[in-house]
Amino acid sequence: MEKDTLQQALPLDQMLIAQYQKNKELITANDIQYVSKLREEAFQTFMESGFPHSGMEQWRHTDVDVLTEDAYLNEMEVPDTKKDIEELFRCDIHNFDTETVSMLNGWYIDKDSPLKTLPEGIVVGSFREAMKAYPQIFEKFYGKIAPRNANGFVQINTAMMQDGVFIWVPDGVKSAKTLQIIKIINKEEQLFVQSRNLIVLGKNSELSLMHCDDSVNQQSSLVNTVTEIFVDENANLELYKLQNLNDQSGLINSTFVQQMANSNIKTNTLTFNCGLIRNNIHVKLDGQGSHADVLGLYLMDKQQHIDNQIRIDHNVAHCTSNELFKGILDEEASAVFNGYIHVARDAQKTNAYQNNNNILLTPTATINTMPFLEIYADDVKCSHGATVGQLDQEAMFYIRSRGISAANARLLLMYAFAADIINEISIEALRQRIDDMVKKRLRGELSVCDKCVLHCGAPEKDYHFDIDLSKI
Amino acid sequence: MLLNIKNLTVAIEGKEIIKGLNLQVNKGEVHAIMGPNGTGKSTLAAAITGREGYEVTEGEIWYKDQNIIEMDADERANLGIFLSFQYPVEIPGVSMTNFMRTAINAQREYRGLPPMPAGEFLKLMEEKKKLVDIHSKLTNRSVNEGFSGGEKKKNEIFQMALLEPTLAILDETDSGLDIDALRTVAKGVNELRSEENAFVVITHYQRLLEYIVPDFVHVMYDGKIVKSGSKNLALELEDKGYEWLKEHSLA
Repeated sequence: MEKDTLQQALPLDQMLIAQYQKNKELITANDIQYVSKLREEAFQTFMESGFPHSGMEQWRHTDVDVLTEDAYLNEMEVPDTKKDIEELFRCDIHNFDTETVSMLNGWYIDKDSPLKTLPEGIVVGSFREAMKAYPQIFEKFYGKIAPRNANGFVQINTAMMQDGVFIWVPDGVKSAKTLQIIKIINKEEQLFVQSRNLIVLGKNSELSLMHCDDSVNQQSSLVNTVTEIFVDENANLELYKLQNLNDQSGLINSTFVQQMANSNIKTNTLTFNCGLIRNNIHVKLDGQGSHADVLGLYLMDKQQHIDNQIRIDHNVAHCTSNELFKGILDEEASAVFNGYIHVARDAQKTNAYQNNNNILLTPTATINTMPFLEIYADDVKCSHGATVGQLDQEAMFYIRSRGISAANARLLLMYAFAADIINEISIEALRQRIDDMVKKRLRGELSVCDKCVLHCGAPEKDYHFDIDLSKI
Repeated sequence: MLLNIKNLTVAIEGKEIIKGLNLQVNKGEVHAIMGPNGTGKSTLAAAITGREGYEVTEGEIWYKDQNIIEMDADERANLGIFLSFQYPVEIPGVSMTNFMRTAINAQREYRGLPPMPAGEFLKLMEEKKKLVDIHSKLTNRSVNEGFSGGEKKKNEIFQMALLEPTLAILDETDSGLDIDALRTVAKGVNELRSEENAFVVITHYQRLLEYIVPDFVHVMYDGKIVKSGSKNLALELEDKGYEWLKEHSLA
């Protein structure tokens, strides 16, 4: 540990470079050869490029220097405390029965086996274990869905990641329950955490996945997650991302999806709290008839910052995509939305829709929203829209004229604004829970508590602001 | 006296719209306010219900023995004042059921009552739905979202029936209604009329007043009430047109 303490005196990039060079054997000890080879390439790229900076177009409005110039502890060995993660938190969502896998400080934590096959046939487990058990899957997909020229965060992740979640849904297999990945950060020191996920859906398969990022204390941390997802023909993926970290934390989340013919995905990124969040979501529509819904909701306040960078590549004909991101920004919060749609020359009959709507509650909150359409085909339908506004004063008066206080009228309108996204959650129990969380967040009652994002705090108060149909 | 408006002057962005208006309404009465476009009828409704941006520069509005001009819209509503909007607002994402339950419980809280139990609320909804012949599928939808013009107006009366106000102001509730919807709306209003409440019905046309028969008719012109009379005044107005009124007010 003395070594780590020394390294903590360096800025993050230099610390990581030094750590990689000194500990290459340790880092690659568990690898298959293919993974090691990618590490080396990515490391060289990172040495040249370093972390992205605000001089780069796609990082213009998000200054990550505040995070990367700091010193962190990066654990390279599996910590010996393999205590049951259930001691830290327990999932108790009513009627919401999930298959849970847990990550603590970036390490896969398991009760029984690091790699298991669920009754319906889905293989789920630790990334480091899976690469040895399924080398052919890794060689086929790992590092191939994320572009080789991706940014420095992706490179350093590829170079130095140690663990993550691996999910393989074989052809024709359908998930019986929602699979929930719970990622908790809990450490005395300021941690740098990397995790790498590989998710492969076979032909005609189905997966419902919930990915929760939480921190359980107020210590600052920087999390750098890279997820690669392959969705084969006729497969269906629903992916919910819940982000609820403390105000001191940074989260860089990069998700790369490749879709084959007639596949469907729906991603819903719900951001409740975090000091700085960067979501890169990149979907490649590589098979005809594929469809992607890429949705998101962000509710930020204080001096929090969120940057959603969405890229959809329409590479072949007859694909459709639908992007909708909505945000409410309070106090001095800031947000960025960049929606990039690329339609290749042969991608005729593309239908791509993009929308970003924002409500700014104060004059000091800011949003930079940028649609970017690059179209090389001539028979396509693409539309984009962005709105920035305040709460509708006509509607405020209408609600208040029925006796509802100004504060509750505001809440109703904010909730109504968010409802488009919440209503897209097709798992009923999850939708209700998110619904409660949004209401709490809008009231300022949701905190980063000592439990996972899905079971924090007291139950919903019953009548001041009751808009849950299920309760009547 | 339930409502007593004394020498009221109201300005929007510095421009005077209502210029010294007087009106007295007692419980059990229905008052109709008629007049051409742009004479301040809707401004009067806004001033009584406390809409922001409508500045009372002179005069007083007394309601249940309090001068309410400093009160917020929600407090006035909690005291029993209701406005049926000329243009009801669509609120996507908020269901009618939740909206009304929140409103009823806000008003109950103001009166020191506990929240209405869910079962009782649903029963009340069912009962009031029949009154205005409103379809259940509408009450399960978001407030006014995708409602036709007629459905929106019925929905206003439905809300009024649920909230049971003491003073209801109907701002051009007849506009955009076909004859069947007009009859339904009027029937709803008539069933809610009692000795304990009062209505101020703002309308362009005499037609509505065939169904909601007023005790008094007032004619507004250029920010003032220029003539008051019985229900026959409406017929006279219909007959002679508003031009007649212009001469009348200049005289």
